[in-house]
Amino acid sequence: MVLTRRLLKKPVPLSGKQIIAAKTLIHLAIWLHIATLFYLGVTDNLGADPVKALLHTTGTWAVNLLLVTLLVSPLAKWIPFPALVRFRRLLGIYSFVYACVHFLTYCAFEIQFDWSLIISEIAKRPYITVGFSALILLLLLTATSPNRIRRRLGPRWQSLHNSIYLIGILALLHFTWSQKTLFGDSLFYWGILFILLLIRRDKLIKLARPARKLP
Amino acid sequence: MAKPFKPSVALTDNDVTDETVYRQRRQLLKSMGFIGASALLSSSAKADWFWEDDDKKAQVLKPLSFSQSPGLSTTEKQTPFKKASTYNNFYEFGMDKGDPADHAGELVTDPWTLKIDGLVEKPLTLDADALTSMFPLEERIYRLRCVEAWSMVIPWIGFELASLLKKAKPLSSARYVAFQTLYDPSQMPGQKNRFVGGGIDYPYVEGLRIDEAMHPLTLMTVGMYGKTLPTQNGAPIRLVTPWKYGFKSIKSIVRISLTDKQPPTTWNRLAPNEYGFYANVNPAVAHPRWSQASERRITTGGLLSQDRIPTQPFNGYEEVASLYTGMDLRKWY
Repeated sequence: MVLTRRLLKKPVPLSGKQIIAAKTLIHLAIWLHIATLFYLGVTDNLGADPVKALLHTTGTWAVNLLLVTLLVSPLAKWIPFPALVRFRRLLGIYSFVYACVHFLTYCAFEIQFDWSLIISEIAKRPYITVGFSALILLLLLTATSPNRIRRRLGPRWQSLHNSIYLIGILALLHFTWSQKTLFGDSLFYWGILFILLLIRRDKLIKLARPARKLP
Repeated sequence: MAKPFKPSVALTDNDVTDETVYRQRRQLLKSMGFIGASALLSSSAKADWFWEDDDKKAQVLKPLSFSQSPGLSTTEKQTPFKKASTYNNFYEFGMDKGDPADHAGELVTDPWTLKIDGLVEKPLTLDADALTSMFPLEERIYRLRCVEAWSMVIPWIGFELASLLKKAKPLSSARYVAFQTLYDPSQMPGQKNRFVGGGIDYPYVEGLRIDEAMHPLTLMTVGMYGKTLPTQNGAPIRLVTPWKYGFKSIKSIVRISLTDKQPPTTWNRLAPNEYGFYANVNPAVAHPRWSQASERRITTGGLLSQDRIPTQPFNGYEEVASLYTGMDLRKWY
């Protein structure tokens, strides 16, 4: 209670050291999670179908972290905890890392490096096309995330990184489309994404406007 | 909403499960609680994760006596029982493959009633005992190919559907066989809540053409791995049609009706462009969302020993091909 009241009243500063410590914890936790998943998979302790379990878990965590990343800036406005924004890039990059592990698991264990099949599946299956597009966009955002590149890109950086909203939609489309029926977990995720986009409606409307003026 | 299906044979009040039977099931369930709990204590040496259901009942699977039928069995490496019984699609208990093993344990399978009716001379009603005693049982080691592009090799125990149908004496007008799974939302959470059951119209229904139903490969299955079926695998009685995708092999059957028109089938009703009535395993016809040309065989071993193998037409059961001569299998997928 005391902490909540304090959080809501005055800004909580974090020292540089504290931020580094917190970031280190996030790094460790995530890599430990990924290592544990693969260890359990290799030792056949990930259920009957370790490939499916691995695909599902890494995919879900890519989406989880994407949504958490989208929550950071609105949250930083509501609660006086400005240091939160300094974790946004890290979370976004790990969303990409999970998406990468997800895709590599698909290539290595689901398709088993049958490259022609991988390429034809990406091209022919809409849900894989959509998921792959989200991955490529995430790769672009990750590649342009260092401060140096951000400064060099100037205002173009922001327009590129606005594609995070599109990535959210593509990722959930991929999720829903991969299920056999509509009434699954993905509906819950759509609800959260909808709220996160609703918070930003003014910005999104502004983004959509110039596009409408085009002939 | 799906179009209502009008069967050729109308149901009467007599077909409704009597309330006393219904209540007895619950009574039995309660009285079994004690035995279930003690079985759990004695048999599970390995503790479950602490956040899992404490009241998960241990199922008692009874050994069955049966003969082998090597001619109709494969000698391929079998999927371990543990995997075949914890990786199931049975949306009545949830959409995750682990849900049926977690939640189906409490399904009451004795008493059970299986009715054979419709266009038959002698309608039959089988009780739980009759399911395993009416016909001599045989073991059939079949490949099971799921429409999701994974497969298993499972030793089923059962009898040919043909023997059961012959006993009921189908009329000459009977052209199809319709199957129905138990509908009991009090026992099947997926039938109560569409977010658990995937928005499927329950009860789950399936169907075969009569010549498919009479084929010797078509097995009414009451057991696997030497014992009675675990509930998550469709106890007390399920269908197994090894040359068709797994969803045709309907679980926990309460009614088999012979009809003169093609009966509706659950997945076909839900997504007709993805799942056909026939649903024969066919590497040449892709599911609209994924290829069916190959499959991942689930046997033993972890991530590094996963095997992707080419899918065979009719899942390797070429002997059924003659049932479909002259049919365009791309159209009748």
